[in-house]
Amino acid sequence: MSGLLEARNVSLAFGGLQVTRDVSFQLNAGDRVALIGPNGAGKTTLVNLITGDLAPSAGHFFMGDDDITRCSIPERVQRGLVRTFQTTRLFQNLTVADNVALAILQRRRISKRFFSSSTELPEVRAEWCEILSKLGLDRLAYRKVVELAYGQQRLIELAIGLALRPKVLLLDEPAAGVPHDEAPKILEAINALPSDIAVLMIEHDMDLVFKFATRVLVLAAGRLIFEGSPKDVTADHEVRRAYLGSYADARRNA
Amino acid sequence: MSEFALHQVPARRHVPLVQDAASAMAIVVLGAVGYFLFPDDLAFLTRLIGIAFLVLSLDLVTGYCGIATLGHAAQFGVAAYAVGIACVRGVTDPLALLLVGVFAGTVMGLISGALIARFRGLPQLVLSIAVGQLVAALANKLQGLTGGSDGLSGISPGKVLGLYNFDMYSRTAYLFSLTVLIIVFVALSRFVRSPFGLMCRAIKDDDLRARMIGVAVYPRLVIMFGVSGAVAGVGGALTAMSTGVVGLDSVSFERSAEVLVMLVLGGAGHLWGALGGAIIFMIFEHIVAAANPFHWMTLVGLLLIGIVVFAPKGLIEPVLTLFARISGKGRAS
Repeated sequence: MSGLLEARNVSLAFGGLQVTRDVSFQLNAGDRVALIGPNGAGKTTLVNLITGDLAPSAGHFFMGDDDITRCSIPERVQRGLVRTFQTTRLFQNLTVADNVALAILQRRRISKRFFSSSTELPEVRAEWCEILSKLGLDRLAYRKVVELAYGQQRLIELAIGLALRPKVLLLDEPAAGVPHDEAPKILEAINALPSDIAVLMIEHDMDLVFKFATRVLVLAAGRLIFEGSPKDVTADHEVRRAYLGSYADARRNA
Repeated sequence: MSEFALHQVPARRHVPLVQDAASAMAIVVLGAVGYFLFPDDLAFLTRLIGIAFLVLSLDLVTGYCGIATLGHAAQFGVAAYAVGIACVRGVTDPLALLLVGVFAGTVMGLISGALIARFRGLPQLVLSIAVGQLVAALANKLQGLTGGSDGLSGISPGKVLGLYNFDMYSRTAYLFSLTVLIIVFVALSRFVRSPFGLMCRAIKDDDLRARMIGVAVYPRLVIMFGVSGAVAGVGGALTAMSTGVVGLDSVSFERSAEVLVMLVLGGAGHLWGALGGAIIFMIFEHIVAAANPFHWMTLVGLLLIGIVVFAPKGLIEPVLTLFARISGKGRAS
């Protein structure tokens, strides 16, 4: 029995540049995994490979027993593979309610309707009201995204992710650029995610990683160099050298 | 925002039906003004309505989906030719001809959409020009069908609903066109608010994000081109029926460019922007060209520069802001 998402020997090269080298891992229901690594390690590239934004030059992705390597982005989303973006990518000129409602409409496969007012369909409205209330965004429902603060926009990223009812949720630095006092809100939202889904989070903030993850993957120069518990990661020699080491060097040089 | 609201989730927004009724009334009033105050210009006003359909059609792909196209006249022209050809060959019922126009426009829309929506940015723009030029060249070459550079004449549709003849004062043509405009405008107002329409606006904002919520973007855009073609087809059909001729100008590059100018002038991404842009541009052109046949293009150019500088989002923007201020709410859809 394979997990919710599995990567088998995935590699990607841009010309002669090897960005992802023979990466294999598995995400199971209920997993809380952090993906860490120094800048340029290829973390976002790996997420892009998982979502189908990039095609691997070798290797396969599986969801359950199905090989999804050749599936398009929308097909993967329909199977429950959902991501958020490192820099917010929202429908800036639409309202918060519309942003979330579109995800709900799409998941329910009623987004092709030509008539009827989209956000106000009773069942859709009930759902986005619930999601926005949970994240404390309900008061902003009818505001345009572009008018909102960055921290609030990060929460909308999560709201869209939730609205899609993912089986596997990829969070690309969910707290990046969020003002310090708003970061706990993000963590709170992440901790409140349904317990049966698998979550893979890319994060630089080690505090957040330790609070969130039950398992840590370390990527360096496109290769997975460590997989294990958060406790062990700091003790691992190779990780210290590749990740914490470079961080320490950077501090020393600064 | 009402900070005193006890309930956290905001109340439902006002009923859009009121908006639609207001739009329909506004068009009726504008139409009545044209009919009663300018009875001698009904032929011109009918032509204006025909072009307004094309601008609305362009708004669907450019304003709502963010696709730049300079070949949109193709959809209008192909429909106009199809209606003309059908009429000359014996289909004379205006409603049937309208359907012919809608059908031809939709087909042309789907074909151009299938080509144009595959690309983004400059290639897209160039491809749209190429499609337009191809259709224009075909219209010129297929003389047996289209009359080539002489144009297709002798289009004389029968009575509307078997009752009203197309008269030489264009009364029937005008009222017929106006009625169709009201129906199409209200239908489009609903359409752009629908899940499909909203998703198109979302795709315009960020198509990768749209893919990441599971949307297959390309088919959507092609369908939108089809709808847009249908609307342009209505315009082409009405113009062919009311003028009785279809010339190469109806598929020309100039026509495509002109309607894009009208859309930018009025404000892309808003149906009233499209309609307003068509009305203002056409009337301005009509008056100025009559007053000064030699320099009218110069004046149109100056008008445009002025508008782009002072209202870059089109004339609709200050109007919307004004409405928002009057109603005390910061939102207009």
